[in-house]
Amino acid sequence: MFEIFASLGLALDLMANGDSAFVRVVAISLELSLAAAVLGSAIGLPLGALVAIGRFPGRRSLIVSLNALLGLPSVVVGLVVYLMLSRAGPLGTWGLLFTPGAIVIAQTVLVIPIVAALARQVVEDSWNEYAEQLRSLGVGTGRAVRTLLWDTRFSLLTVALAGFGRAASEVGAVMIVGGNIDGVTRVMTTAIALETSKGDLPLALALGIVLILVVLAVNAGAYAIREWSAKHHG
Amino acid sequence: MAERPSALLRARDLTVVLGGVTVLDRLSLEILPGLRTIVLGANGAGKSVTLRALHGLIPPASGTIDWQGDRTPRQAMVFQRPVMLRRSALANVEYGLAVNGIDGDPRRRRAREAIAKVGLEAIAHRPARVLSGGEQQRLALARAWALEPDILFLDEPTASLDPGAAGEVERIVAAIAAEGTRIVMTTHNLGQARRLADEIVFIHQGRVAEQTPADRFFAEPQSQHARHFLKGELPWN
Repeated sequence: MFEIFASLGLALDLMANGDSAFVRVVAISLELSLAAAVLGSAIGLPLGALVAIGRFPGRRSLIVSLNALLGLPSVVVGLVVYLMLSRAGPLGTWGLLFTPGAIVIAQTVLVIPIVAALARQVVEDSWNEYAEQLRSLGVGTGRAVRTLLWDTRFSLLTVALAGFGRAASEVGAVMIVGGNIDGVTRVMTTAIALETSKGDLPLALALGIVLILVVLAVNAGAYAIREWSAKHHG
Repeated sequence: MAERPSALLRARDLTVVLGGVTVLDRLSLEILPGLRTIVLGANGAGKSVTLRALHGLIPPASGTIDWQGDRTPRQAMVFQRPVMLRRSALANVEYGLAVNGIDGDPRRRRAREAIAKVGLEAIAHRPARVLSGGEQQRLALARAWALEPDILFLDEPTASLDPGAAGEVERIVAAIAAEGTRIVMTTHNLGQARRLADEIVFIHQGRVAEQTPADRFFAEPQSQHARHFLKGELPWN
């Protein structure tokens, strides 16, 4: 029990003094997760809206695939991305394996289904309300998708934040495709795994606290956005 | 003998089936130019579905809808509960115009005019969805009016409003009609029907029971169902 408190004290020390190894890991982690959240949302949000509104052949299979991806273990995603990016893989010439780019790709693949699924729900709810009015005005599917994405923008921002949370808390896939290289592809989650197994509990704890704070901040932000938009935009 | 004006809209034998229930049963109806038509009928008679079918929102299982002339007339519809987009009141009116291919200065000008005509200039830049129910319905009327439709369908536009707001809506509907737009509206409010109607279409069980000039309808309805309805009797008595 004493050891935990000792580690906690050292962890707070690391955070307060801005230890360089600690700051580097946090910076890389946030940067890559943000990139993945942006990319994943850019793909996942329109995809979710299209599935919600559009009636096209293959829609059902798309829904099933998205739902299946949602439940896919992240290590498997990591493995598949690894195979794609490895020297012998179809995208081997990109030379991305064990780079931050590989991590962003893996995280994006994990973010897309969760963003698409949540966006689909949000957009579908609004579409139930809007459909008649928009059709009466003569709105086609393409414009309806754009209109709904814009009209649900506050809810979708919280969806994107959920995607960010997913990316930031990811371990398995990131470990496989990034390689956990110090200063390059070592992120908070993989650093925690490594430092814990090495027995360097203070650094692991400090990173763990930051992760918790990030997740808390993301959720508080999402909540604040919802409250604000409900009050100001109805 | 004056030549009979040709119908703006002619529906023949419209049948609409929703969820296995025949809601419109070979309904036939002619809408002549220049009149304000109020559609009356008991709950579930098929008033709303008639409007939606004529407007093109519900495809009929059988039957035809023919519009006069070569050009498809511009149509608009106002619903019982207005659906506003999450943007300013003015932007909502501009949206309807943009969808119909009107851009740039004409769009801004027409949107401002329509907002002014329904008396909402003062709140043109407020978010539409935080406006009151009455204001939102006036905004819905402005959005429809800005499109300068040949025909405007209104499905119980005052059913969720207090009397003051309902009176405003009536005034605006009359003004839209005065500018030459054909009005086809449902209501449950007989006073409102008397004030607005040039003619009454009475629908019973998915068919037109009668289509009569308004003054005659209220003095002496032609169909037995309408007589029962006006006396407030239940149709199955």
